[in-house]
Amino acid sequence: MPAGFFLTIAALVLFAEPMERSVFVVCGLAVEVLGLGVAVRGHMLARGESRP
Amino acid sequence: MNPNLPVAVMPDSVFALTLALLLLAPLAIAGVALINTGLGRSRSAAQSLLGCLAIVAISAVVFALVGSAFAGSLPGGTGHSFHLAGKAWNWLGEGPLLLSGLGTAPAKSQLGLIFEFLAVALAALLPWGSGADRLRLAAGCATAAVLAAFVFPLAAHWIWGGGWLGQLGVNFSLGSGFLDAGGAGTVHLLGGLSAMAVLWIAGPRRGKFPKEGFSTAMPGHNAVYVLFGCLISLVGWIAFNVAGAILWLNAPLIALPLTVINTLLTASTALAATFTVTRIRFGKPDASLCANGWMAGLVASSACAAIVTPIVALFVGLIAGIATPMLVELFELALTVDDPSGAVSVHAAAGLWGLLAAGMFSHQPGQFVAQLVGVAALLGVFLPLIYLLFWLLNRVVPFRVDPDGERIGMDLHELGGGAYPEFVIHRDDSYR
Repeated sequence: MPAGFFLTIAALVLFAEPMERSVFVVCGLAVEVLGLGVAVRGHMLARGESRP
Repeated sequence: MNPNLPVAVMPDSVFALTLALLLLAPLAIAGVALINTGLGRSRSAAQSLLGCLAIVAISAVVFALVGSAFAGSLPGGTGHSFHLAGKAWNWLGEGPLLLSGLGTAPAKSQLGLIFEFLAVALAALLPWGSGADRLRLAAGCATAAVLAAFVFPLAAHWIWGGGWLGQLGVNFSLGSGFLDAGGAGTVHLLGGLSAMAVLWIAGPRRGKFPKEGFSTAMPGHNAVYVLFGCLISLVGWIAFNVAGAILWLNAPLIALPLTVINTLLTASTALAATFTVTRIRFGKPDASLCANGWMAGLVASSACAAIVTPIVALFVGLIAGIATPMLVELFELALTVDDPSGAVSVHAAAGLWGLLAAGMFSHQPGQFVAQLVGVAALLGVFLPLIYLLFWLLNRVVPFRVDPDGERIGMDLHELGGGAYPEFVIHRDDSYR
């Protein structure tokens, strides 16, 4: 998730053209969503093993 | 409305109106406290409401002692910045410690400080509601202290205190910068992410997810508390949204009735949508899900009520109201997240939707990208940060009560007496 955040920062710093910047920001957000999915999935597995 | 325009001196009439609104804003806290209590079990009701009171108190004290300095709430310095790509990135506030100089600060700074005091208390209540029936009182207070000392002040400075998110418009020509007048991101998304971290660390209630079969239904013990909490939240939310529009967007007085109407419309449409969805889904409308829908509408309005038209407010409420009951089911049945108050789906998800809607329906070029960058910062920085801090905190102050305490109820275990001593409380055997 922090990697996605740094991608969005990189988009702001590296691209001046609005379209390129927007696409790169969306890519950063997509990486964050992937990270969130992994985190959610990881906690689901842990819970399944320790269900009372 | 432009948050980046300098405002010379706040007129007395605007000062008086904003102060009056901020005196009504604690009703939002009271409403959320009632909802948290009503959605928990009866044997934990007193502990839940006492916890809400304690969390409000701890948040206020810690924010006054430490947090307000990091947030840069009062004038005292230019803040901590670094330079990258020729731009100044203001990432941490620099205010006086212990609120020194409060009496001589400009009127707008004093009112902004009151807003932040109330906002941090509201944000800190959200993980407490999610951890109902198993989170220890000491753990709730400790999480509130962590949020009020560092996490909330950092977000508040970035968004409201002249930090880099608020300056995206000036530095990168992205609309007016990240817009969040009522606290959809700073309060609700942040609080909802904190709730998610608490849920991951503390785990579900005993018996919620049996080894076989579906999850066990553990309905809230008092629908009256929940629905009355929704009603008084409306007053607090209108106060938050209008005061936020004045303080953070420099809204003129003539624009304020629109903010009130949009707040009401968003909540109303969300309730109607949730009512219809649950009526179709279950055959009858579900009271607690309808309350969740209403609150989701209010949360979504926090970001956009001051800047969209009424027809857009209706649309924002419609989407929030349809999505909320589905998300509640998704989190519980598919993702095995036991969230009694629904803070993740109501506050985090609806806050996220409101922030995106504020960008989608803004007519300023680059505003949607500014909102995306703000969301990326809240998700990518604050969720890992909160999870790390709470994980460390759990080593020092264990979040979860021991199994015996959970069995007899938090009231008896932590307070020595129940909220309803004249009534027979359900035994734990009633659940599988």
